Amino acid sequence: MGPGAYLEFEKPVLELEARIKDMQAFANDENVELTKEIVLLERKLEKLKRETFSSLTRWQRVQLARHPMRPYSRDYIERMTTGFISLHGDRAFGDDRALIGGPAILGDWPVMILGQQKGRTTKEKLANSFGMCHPEGYRKAMRLMRLAARFGRPIVILIDTPGAFPGIGAEERGQAEAIARNLRDMALLPVPVVIAIIGEGASGGALGIGVGDRIVMMENAWYSVISPEGCAAILWREAGAQNAPRAAESLKLAADDLIDLGIVDQIIPEPLGGAHRDAAEAASVLKAVLLDALVELSSLTVEELIARRRTKFRQMGVYAEDDTF
Amino acid sequence: MEWFRKARAGLARQEKREIPDGLWTKCGGCGEIIYARELERRSWVCPSCEFHFRIGHQDYIRLILDDGALEEYDRGLVSQDPLQFKDKKKYPERITAAQQKTGLADAVVCGIGKIEQRPVSFSVMEFAFVGGSMGSVVGEKIARSIERAMTRRIPLVIVCCSGGARMQEGILSLMQMAKTSYLLAELAEMHIPYITVLTNPTTAGVMASYASLGDVIVAEPGAQLGFAGPRVIRETIRQELPPGFQSSEFFLEHGFLDRIVKRTELKSTIANLFQFLCGPTSGVNDPEGLRVKHQELETDTAE
Repeated sequence: MGPGAYLEFEKPVLELEARIKDMQAFANDENVELTKEIVLLERKLEKLKRETFSSLTRWQRVQLARHPMRPYSRDYIERMTTGFISLHGDRAFGDDRALIGGPAILGDWPVMILGQQKGRTTKEKLANSFGMCHPEGYRKAMRLMRLAARFGRPIVILIDTPGAFPGIGAEERGQAEAIARNLRDMALLPVPVVIAIIGEGASGGALGIGVGDRIVMMENAWYSVISPEGCAAILWREAGAQNAPRAAESLKLAADDLIDLGIVDQIIPEPLGGAHRDAAEAASVLKAVLLDALVELSSLTVEELIARRRTKFRQMGVYAEDDTF
Repeated sequence: MEWFRKARAGLARQEKREIPDGLWTKCGGCGEIIYARELERRSWVCPSCEFHFRIGHQDYIRLILDDGALEEYDRGLVSQDPLQFKDKKKYPERITAAQQKTGLADAVVCGIGKIEQRPVSFSVMEFAFVGGSMGSVVGEKIARSIERAMTRRIPLVIVCCSGGARMQEGILSLMQMAKTSYLLAELAEMHIPYITVLTNPTTAGVMASYASLGDVIVAEPGAQLGFAGPRVIRETIRQELPPGFQSSEFFLEHGFLDRIVKRTELKSTIANLFQFLCGPTSGVNDPEGLRVKHQELETDTAE
């Protein structure tokens, strides 16, 4: 882990882990008996981890969702699937590297798997616009989904984006139209569509590939109409940045909030401390959840599938009647 | 621009618009001082530069529907506070203030009206209500408008005016984009025509859902249209935006608008489009019937 690749509230845990490691190395090198001390420290570490990670605030979860070491779509695809063939281009303008996708085998299932890809290195981050799709990303996604639909293959979508790209080119090429069209065309896809929010789910940028039959969310992911920073900038203007934690609380953007609001179907537990602390474990839990969903959804007829998808989205919203108007 | 933000007295309902108290008003486009009566007669379009002043939902009802008559539905749907949203001002207080200001329960008015005798499912958004923002109520009312078009087999018209999804209802607002777009997929399957009218502004979550999904999309001149806000774009790319960026004209040039239509020509344009999309009678065409005829023609030729 490079310098700076940790969050402030992770620091005590990481320091204690480093101390234990040092002590073990010292014990080995110098042939000193330190087992008792090490066991004590390990117990202390377990306690500290539980205390630190069992009652995270929403803002801490947002930070975990943005953790520089957090597994990205490509990491999950590599760990969960075999034979992934990355396909490119929207057949209209270009290839958006913020959106990766192609056929792969998940368990026994040939699926079309798509995901937003932030990028790990500075070079990759820039090439991928930090996981912010341009219109061609949404159109590429739709093209791959249609391809899957035409050949009866289920679709798995991994959402991880700080938002749709806000730029001149994106507006010129119809960012709004690209997202809107996906919302409409994903509605009637005749194959199972499973959505997993694995990191950040920011607004229309996330929803633009987010219409499906089962919506699952990683424990430390967030999904909201606006980013905490965007919300804070509107509510508190210049003082926005320092108010992002407050905005995160107001927006109710954590996984259990979204269960309460009837948007998300299932929370995927992460390894203690977040997915980045054990990517293999995180991927294996996610894979199991995706496979369960595929088994269940594939037992439905196309008509049942689409009718259920309709009911799911039709009922979203909270309102009341007041006849004084 | 405080000078044209004040409400005109004596209107039915207390709707606010960019209309001054006085007899004269300054054009937001060319700065010309115009006699208010003259403006009103011209549907609030500047006689010298054609700047379209913002008008309210009732003005659009008068401009577009026969006899200015709308049989309104779902008027009493009201927002709740499902997030218990913490803000400087409580969300229910914001809603109450907007209700008092506009006389509406929320930011859209929906119902059935006629356009040159043809019944249509008609919705018009009201910017004066929290910036025309879309929360659960707007989403639900638009959804029901789409469903009315489907059950009655009549075309759909939505006049859009909105800054996007309503932040105070969080993820529920976002999901209204999916909900409305879902129903529009069904509407399209049923071959029922849908025309969207974009007015100033139509942006973000509304632009990225039903506003962009019309079979024909028209906009008033000079409206601000787009997905991301100009401030966000400027901060991201760290450069100034070109003049006219995200205007109706920009949208037209880049191929995302069928046509720019002056306010005074909205009604006739919509009516003419429905002549093509629906045929001369009320209701909509039976596309199955057309298709059969088409097949018969092909068979004839083959023989």
